[in-house]
Amino acid sequence: MTSAVSFKQVSRHFGSVRAVDAVDLDIAPGEFFAMLGPSGSGKTTCLRLIAGFEQPTAGSISIFGERAEGVPPYRRNVNTVFQDYALFPHLNVLDNVAYGLMVKGVGKAERHKAAEEALALVRLPGYGGRRPGQLSGGQRQRVALARALVNQPKVLLLDEPLGALDLKLRENMQEELKSLQKALGITFVFVTHDQGEALSMADRVAVFNDGRIMQVGTPEDIYQQPSTRFVADFVGSSNVLPPDFVQRYSGQHRWGSLRPESIRVGRAASGDGVAARVVSSNYLGATTRLLLDADGLKLHAMIPAGISLPEPGEAVMLTFNRDQLHLMDEPA
Amino acid sequence: MRSDRGQSAPFSLKLAAACGLLFLHLPILLIFVYAFTTEEKSFVWPPPGFTAQWFAVTWNRPDVWQALSLSVRVAAISTLIALILGTLCSAAVSRSKFFGRETVSLLVILPIALPGIITGIALRSAFALTDIPFSFWTIVLGHATFCVVVVYNNAVARFRRTSGSMIEASMDLGADGFQTFRHVVLPNIATALLAGGMLAFALSFDEVIVTTFTAGQQQTLPIWMLEELIRPRQRPVTNVVAMVVVLVTLLPILFAYYLTRDGDQIAGSGK
Repeated sequence: MTSAVSFKQVSRHFGSVRAVDAVDLDIAPGEFFAMLGPSGSGKTTCLRLIAGFEQPTAGSISIFGERAEGVPPYRRNVNTVFQDYALFPHLNVLDNVAYGLMVKGVGKAERHKAAEEALALVRLPGYGGRRPGQLSGGQRQRVALARALVNQPKVLLLDEPLGALDLKLRENMQEELKSLQKALGITFVFVTHDQGEALSMADRVAVFNDGRIMQVGTPEDIYQQPSTRFVADFVGSSNVLPPDFVQRYSGQHRWGSLRPESIRVGRAASGDGVAARVVSSNYLGATTRLLLDADGLKLHAMIPAGISLPEPGEAVMLTFNRDQLHLMDEPA
Repeated sequence: MRSDRGQSAPFSLKLAAACGLLFLHLPILLIFVYAFTTEEKSFVWPPPGFTAQWFAVTWNRPDVWQALSLSVRVAAISTLIALILGTLCSAAVSRSKFFGRETVSLLVILPIALPGIITGIALRSAFALTDIPFSFWTIVLGHATFCVVVVYNNAVARFRRTSGSMIEASMDLGADGFQTFRHVVLPNIATALLAGGMLAFALSFDEVIVTTFTAGQQQTLPIWMLEELIRPRQRPVTNVVAMVVVLVTLLPILFAYYLTRDGDQIAGSGK
C-alpha cells in the first residue's frame, strides 16, 4: 500500500538551524495523524514541506507515491487550514470557499453550488453572503475548513487550527473535526503543541523535538510507553526516573517513566515503598496533584478526589505496581 | 487631550483660526479673481472690470496646449513607472527579508526627503556626464524619482496590514503566481495604488524645480506659467491656466484622500 505521505531522510536546514533533521515518516491513507511538539520543534516546517511552501535541503518526500520535490504548492493535491485562517478579506464567504474552484476554471454556478455544499458540511449553511470580517473566530475556522475541503484534497493539513479558539469551542471543534475526518475518509495531518488535543483526536501521533521525531505511535503507545525522557515529560508530564532508581525495582539500569496516576500515596511513615515528603499540593477538581520529594527525586502523583490528602511537609510512603514502571529505550 | 464637547472655543481662538485659513487661501481666490479682470498688463486691485474673454484667448493659444499636453504626458508616464516600480519594491521590502532591505527602503524614500534642487542638480550632472540629451524622457525620469516614493509608501503600508499567509493560502488552493497576484494581491492593494498613483500624478503635474534642471527647451505647464508671468501681455491667461491646474490637481488629491480613508476600514475589518 502506498503511503499518503512519505518522508525519507528529509532535512530542512535554514543556515545553521536544523529545523527538520533526517526525518523518516509514513502516514497511511485515511489516517488522522498528529504532529506534536513544542514550538520550534520542526512540526510546522514538516507541514510546510508537505504543502510545498518549503523545499527539503535533503531527502525525498512523496505524496501518494508521487515525488513532491520541486512541485509548487498549486500543483499538489493537498490543502491547508492555516493557523490564522488566511481568509481573503475582499471576498465574501461563498467566494472564499469557491476560490480553489475558481482558479481551476470551474464555472460560476457549479462552483457556487459546491461551495454551498462545503459550507453545509461545516455547518455554516447560508453564510455565503457575509464578509470574513463579520464572522466569529470559530466561524472563520469553519470557512477555512470548507475552503480547503471544497477542493477534495487527498491530504488535508491543519496548522494549529484550534489554537485561537476558546476552550469550549475547541472541545466542540475537536469532536467535529474527528467525525468529519471519519466521514470524508481524507488523510488529516494535524500540527499541535497541545498533547491533550493530539491524544484525543489522532489515530497516530509523532512527537517532535529539535527537528527530529522522538516517537511515532498510537496515543496509547505514546502515553503508556514513552521511548525517551522527552516524550515522557512532554506528553502528560510523566515522572522520569533515573537509571539508579529504576534498577532497584526492575533490575535494569535504564531510564524509566511512571505516570502520576500510577503512584499510590500511603500515609504510613514506615513500611514497604519509597519514603517521600509532600512538598505541595494542587487542587485540580477531579484530582489533586501532589509534588513529592523522595530523597531529592521530584515526583508527581495524581490523587483522585475523595481520598484523604496528606498535608504539605508530611512524610508518606509511595507504592506502585512494578508493571506500571515503563522502561525507556533511551540509553542510560 | 480633548476639549469637552459642547463647550465652545473662545472667540480669540476662532478669530486666529479664521485668520490663518484666510491667509492660506485668500491668495488662491485672488488668482481666480484676476482670471476675470479686464486689465491685461498688470494686476491692479480692485480689477477695473470683469470679463470672461480670457477663457477664449487661453483656449486659442497653442503654447498653452503644448505645455498642458507635455505636463499631462509626463505625469501619466511618470505615474505609470512609479506604479510598477513602487509596487514591486514595496512587495519585495514587505514580503521578504534580505540583506540591505532597510537600506533599500531608505534609498527609495530619500528623493522626497531631499530638496528638489539637489535631485535636479544631481540628475542634470548625471545626464551631462553620460551625454544624454535633454528630452521628454529626462523630465519623466526626474519626476519618476519622487513619484515612486508616494506609490511605495502607500503600497508598503497596505502590504503591512494584509496577512502574509493569504498569498500562501491562494497558492495552496491552486492559484499560480499570476492568478494569486490578480485575484488576491491586486484587490487588496488596489485602493492604495490608486491613491498613490493620484498623488504621484498631482506631484508630477505641478513640479517646477526638478523639471527646470531636467528639461531642455520644452516647457511643462508650471514652467510655462513662470515664463508667462514675466511677459507683459495677456496676463490673465496665466490665471485661467492656474485655475485649471488647481482643479486638475485638487480633485485627484481629494479623491485619493477619500479612497485611503475607506481603505483603512476595509483593511481593518480583514483580520
